Amino acid sequence: MAGGSQRVYKQRIKSTQSLKKMFRAQELIAASRIGKARARTAAAAPFAQAITRAVSAVATHASVEHPLTSARHDTDRVAILVVSSDRGMAGSYSSAIIREGERLRERLEREGKQVELYATGRRAISYYRYRGRQLAGEWSYGSERPSAEDAEEISETLLGRFLAGAADGGVAELHVVYTQFVNMVTQRPRVARLLPLEVVEGVSEQGEAAPLYDFEPSPEVVLDTLLPRYVRSRIYSFLLDAAASELASRQRAMHTATDNAEDLIRTYTRLANQARQADITQEISEIVSGADALAASA
Amino acid sequence: MAELSVDLVATDRKVWSGTAHQVSAPSVDGQVGILANHTPLLAVLRPGTVKVSTTHGESVEVHVSGGFVSVDDNLVTIVADDIAPVAPAESRIA
Repeated sequence: MAGGSQRVYKQRIKSTQSLKKMFRAQELIAASRIGKARARTAAAAPFAQAITRAVSAVATHASVEHPLTSARHDTDRVAILVVSSDRGMAGSYSSAIIREGERLRERLEREGKQVELYATGRRAISYYRYRGRQLAGEWSYGSERPSAEDAEEISETLLGRFLAGAADGGVAELHVVYTQFVNMVTQRPRVARLLPLEVVEGVSEQGEAAPLYDFEPSPEVVLDTLLPRYVRSRIYSFLLDAAASELASRQRAMHTATDNAEDLIRTYTRLANQARQADITQEISEIVSGADALAASA
Repeated sequence: MAELSVDLVATDRKVWSGTAHQVSAPSVDGQVGILANHTPLLAVLRPGTVKVSTTHGESVEVHVSGGFVSVDDNLVTIVADDIAPVAPAESRIA
């Protein structure tokens, strides 16, 4: 019926406009939070540096064997921690990280290992739950702004698993799948093997011989104190990196969505105008033909 | 006179940084006092108070819940899980 299609187009334009407003708002929110997320990453850097320096100092001076640095062969259980987001609206962010996690799991299972899954962020948790996959541990702490306490809780759980005996279901390795924040346009899923630790990062300080440290009370105890904190600081930095990546992906995805909404509005406006023209043309021709018919019958 | 440059670092931020004459930290074996040209040291901390006597004659005191202190070439880094101020608020750089 004439006017019907016009109304439909008007409705679509209106709903697309309100969607566009939502997308725009999400984009702006994400953009404003990226700055904060990156500031947190920067604020955590001194701790990470200090602890890395200290760990490498111990590692170069005392050849102390520590359970966290030595490979385990008594079990073939391994743990994977998948760091995802709590919310969607971030394009392929979550699916990319889950895909990376699945790929790692398949690879490890091909190597004959038993994989234990840990997930953070509701997206990954619901993905695995929907597929009936058993999660050994899950955390949803607000993936946009992880706190040091979240990192502590996660690292304590995972360290506990690593240090547990083979009979108690201890794991031999810990892999972390997270999204590395390269820059505002590039974030890529990355797999890092966290345990057993390989202390290599930032060891060489340009040929400068590191001083001979006094360890108090003993190198073993110092290492015992340092390594769990090192693990925690690494996990914290993974979480922060993932948070910044999530926000950057969300900003980009919402920007694209806003653009698409604008395109749709343009298309529908054109269609609505066409429909209006067609209606007018039809009405005119109806009037003219009606008048013609009246004139002929008179 | 040689000075110590001190960094107080918590897990998620740098709490304080500056120069000092003396730093006193609660190691597990007892309070250690650190002056300039201290031998390189890595010590585990127990919960207690870290006291920094700055070159400006002020004194910064913070409570730490555990962590470690490293001394290397007059660079003192105190790394703690949790740092709560005991000192005046203006000496804090959050």
